Amino acid sequence: MLNYIIRRILYAIPILVGVNLITFTLFFVVNTPDDMARMQLGIKRVTPEAIEKWKHERGYDKPLMLNDSEEGSGKFTHTIFFEKSVAMFAFDFGRADDGRDIAHEIKSRMLPSLAIALPVFLLGLIVYITFALVMAFFRATYVDFWGVVLCVALMSISSLFYIIGGQFLISKLWHLVPISGYSSGLDAGKFLVLPVIIGIISGAGASTRWYRTIFLEEMSKDYVRTARAKGLPESIVLFRHVLRNAMIPILTGAVVVIPLLFLGSLIAESFFGIPGLGSYTIDAISSQDFAVVRAMVFLGSLLYIVGLILTDISYTLVDPRIRLE
Amino acid sequence: MNLLLQIKNLQTLLHTGPAPVMAVDGLSLQIMQGETFALLGESGCGKSMTALSVMRLLPETGEIIAGSIRIGGEDLLLLPEADMRNVRGKRISMIFQEPMLSLNPVMTVAEQIGEVLRRHFNLRGVAQHQRVLEILNQVGIPDADRRMEEYPFQFSGGMKQRVMIAMALAGEPELLIADEPTTALDVTIQAQVLDLMRDLQKRSGMSILLITHDLGVVAEMAHKVAVMYAGQIIEMATREEFFHNPSHPYSHKLFASLPAKNKRDRGLAVISGTVPPLSREFIGCRFADRCDHAWDLCRTTMPGWSEVTSGHQVKCHLFDQDNGSRAPSSVKAVEGTPQRASVLQSDCSILELLRVTDLKVYFPIQKGLMKRVVGHVKAVDGVSLTIPRGGTLALVGESGCGKTTVGKGILQLIRPTAGSVLYDGLELVGLERRQLREKRAEFQIIFQDPYSSLNPRMRIVDIIEEGMNALNVRGKPVSAGDKPSSSERWEVDALLQRVGLPPETKWRYPHEFSGGQRQRIAIARALAVNPRLLICDEPTSALDVSVQAQILNLLKELQNGLGLSYLFITHNISVVEYLADEVAVMYLGRIVERGSMDEVMGSPQHPYTQALLSAVPVIGPDLKREVIRLHGDLPSPANPPAGCHFHPRCPKVMPVCHEIYPEASSFSFTHTAHCHLYTQK
Repeated sequence: MLNYIIRRILYAIPILVGVNLITFTLFFVVNTPDDMARMQLGIKRVTPEAIEKWKHERGYDKPLMLNDSEEGSGKFTHTIFFEKSVAMFAFDFGRADDGRDIAHEIKSRMLPSLAIALPVFLLGLIVYITFALVMAFFRATYVDFWGVVLCVALMSISSLFYIIGGQFLISKLWHLVPISGYSSGLDAGKFLVLPVIIGIISGAGASTRWYRTIFLEEMSKDYVRTARAKGLPESIVLFRHVLRNAMIPILTGAVVVIPLLFLGSLIAESFFGIPGLGSYTIDAISSQDFAVVRAMVFLGSLLYIVGLILTDISYTLVDPRIRLE
Repeated sequence: MNLLLQIKNLQTLLHTGPAPVMAVDGLSLQIMQGETFALLGESGCGKSMTALSVMRLLPETGEIIAGSIRIGGEDLLLLPEADMRNVRGKRISMIFQEPMLSLNPVMTVAEQIGEVLRRHFNLRGVAQHQRVLEILNQVGIPDADRRMEEYPFQFSGGMKQRVMIAMALAGEPELLIADEPTTALDVTIQAQVLDLMRDLQKRSGMSILLITHDLGVVAEMAHKVAVMYAGQIIEMATREEFFHNPSHPYSHKLFASLPAKNKRDRGLAVISGTVPPLSREFIGCRFADRCDHAWDLCRTTMPGWSEVTSGHQVKCHLFDQDNGSRAPSSVKAVEGTPQRASVLQSDCSILELLRVTDLKVYFPIQKGLMKRVVGHVKAVDGVSLTIPRGGTLALVGESGCGKTTVGKGILQLIRPTAGSVLYDGLELVGLERRQLREKRAEFQIIFQDPYSSLNPRMRIVDIIEEGMNALNVRGKPVSAGDKPSSSERWEVDALLQRVGLPPETKWRYPHEFSGGQRQRIAIARALAVNPRLLICDEPTSALDVSVQAQILNLLKELQNGLGLSYLFITHNISVVEYLADEVAVMYLGRIVERGSMDEVMGSPQHPYTQALLSAVPVIGPDLKREVIRLHGDLPSPANPPAGCHFHPRCPKVMPVCHEIYPEASSFSFTHTAHCHLYTQK
């Protein structure tokens, strides 16, 4: 198993290099360093000298990927791509265009992101599984039928609607919690309730329906008939036999997203004014801050790879048939 | 003997499809204490639905609409569900066909058996553990103390079925329902499991309701037999009486359609037509349309029970009191028409079409960080065989012995690791892709499962034409510009007719056909490119006996007509006796014995062949055969035993067997075996 994990980590290196290359190319296909400088400096103060100075200070005055004026390996190393990438692989993300340290920024924004994402994830899992189990238990009855109808309806509505509708109804009309904002202390709770509830509701349709399908598929298997033939009551059949087997696809599907929780949610954080990593990324994209975008994409792919490895490990924990070789 | 189970006039409905299906229609039977009652029938006749009705475990679409099921005087159909749970697993237990799927994959064996003890005897902790151990020992699981903490996937197929039996026995049931308990198992393992069931019955005095399609298993196990057809029991008798004097025309046909040695020179009897859909209303006898003896009365009046002898009842007008004159002497299954023995095989058998020498197919086992190859699964380890022109070589062996891999290795569908495959003088191993493609038309394969081997999204005509186009095979020269030519279409029609399907069916999709018809399509597909060699990989093992007879007849007819050669891969001994000219017996990647059919089947020399043949149930009223019991299972081909591969299971093992793999010993010009019993002299 250790061998397997080491091999997977080694596989991750070319993936991360590739992700970095693609991010870099895409960003500079639509932007040039000059554009970035103009954007940052503003319309008024733009002179060719100022642009050159801005680029020089931040290391954007070199060719993008291939330096023809250099000899030997310098052709590749004295470029924006190489210099920026090497630092990042050592987790030195550098400074954002506004001069702040990105690593420090990430550290301080991680917690607010987690404060929303983690409750949404955990409570959501519990709620979805419970509803799915209820629907599976009452399969082929009206409970099941209307449950599925409700799921499809929930799935069909955009999450933006839940956010705006929730803010309007609960905050504006009923004045139960603030519309948006965040505070670092214990009173953060009142800011978090609404985004968490809306997060759970907007994911409910798809997940509940998917889990219900998993439960029903397990219930049609032969071993369930065997369990019933033993004389076990339906509740034990469901909880001891079906649930244990159905948890294999459910858990492993969930584990993959656990590391990504750190990155927060792009849309919800922006709408609720949470100073997390999601809103950080959105802001960086709109201000064309390459250093931040690249750092966040890099972090995202890294965490996704960690998630995949964790998934494989979790398989061995819940399914005795699987041994990693 | 006391009456244990009484089913009266049971009617079970399945709400599937547009019209409800009456899966069981008016079934009545009685099972005495300590008796084995066999319910015999082909797939779809309602025998499993009967069993599930007794357990009240029908699928959600199923519903019992009438009748009574009494066990010890209590009507199960009137019990509330909660009380029924006290019956399930306690008074009546059930074991299922697929032990692989019927055990919970993520619970240990001890948990799964312990659950029954806790439910019905409230046994917990140490007491439960002790009892589980006891039961596992009872069903013959070696090293039970350690193995009870293992998961089902760690057990072999035979061992899993023992676990299933252990689970069923845990409740100390009065009635055990066994639904095709050995169908998924190899014949030597089947013999072990049947032995075990008989033994357990003797000790505990329970009754068994045995559900099977296999006359051999019935002959082995049953005290009483009931034959089911289209949702009804049509004949009921004691075992002796049934095998001496099967009376219903359908029962007759079942016997006549079994392949056997003494039927080699003629076709097998077939039952024309198919089982009528059970969603329709019946007026007369359900078998009338397919019966050779049916007359007007059969189509207008449903036959009642007639007594043949005391205790032997049959639902057939031939045995009515007032029609006595017609019966019973007139009932004799019409055997298939005699077929001309192959002209080719007698004088040309020396001429071989295919010679395989020392064929090896290894699959690497990789380990570690760099995926180093640390060993090989030697699926095929030095197999040599020859196939005569126009003749049939049967490759016999149990599952996992590598026989399918031999077939694929010959066709170069898997590239062999070593060895030589000479096809008509041409070396196929290492042949270039292009040259191999040109040759592909000459050797084709038919697979075991006709359900998954035909592309479900292609019409029959496309399935058949695909091979013709890919290999540029055309029956007649086609003029240029004449695209999907009419002559090609004509070819498809002729092919379908050749395999016994009406040409109009070519526009349909595979799912519209029954299993037997699909296998015919698979054969037509193979024939489309005018092959000379057909590799038939268990082509009938997924089919019912009466359908198997049709396919075997077809294969025989095609061989006589077209001079095809067959490599027939199978585990079914009676098919071998019926079809094969030569036989090779395989064990763990190697051929242990080969020779002509008469030699190998008549006087087997290798202990494995002897054990294999002795384990095949004999279909007949008398139980006289001596089964050579093999212990344990087939070892892993990744790590075969040293010396002779068979020595850990061999009843005649000698010290030398542990060390050296035996050389071939010859018994005649054609008959050889690898065994130290004969090298010592």
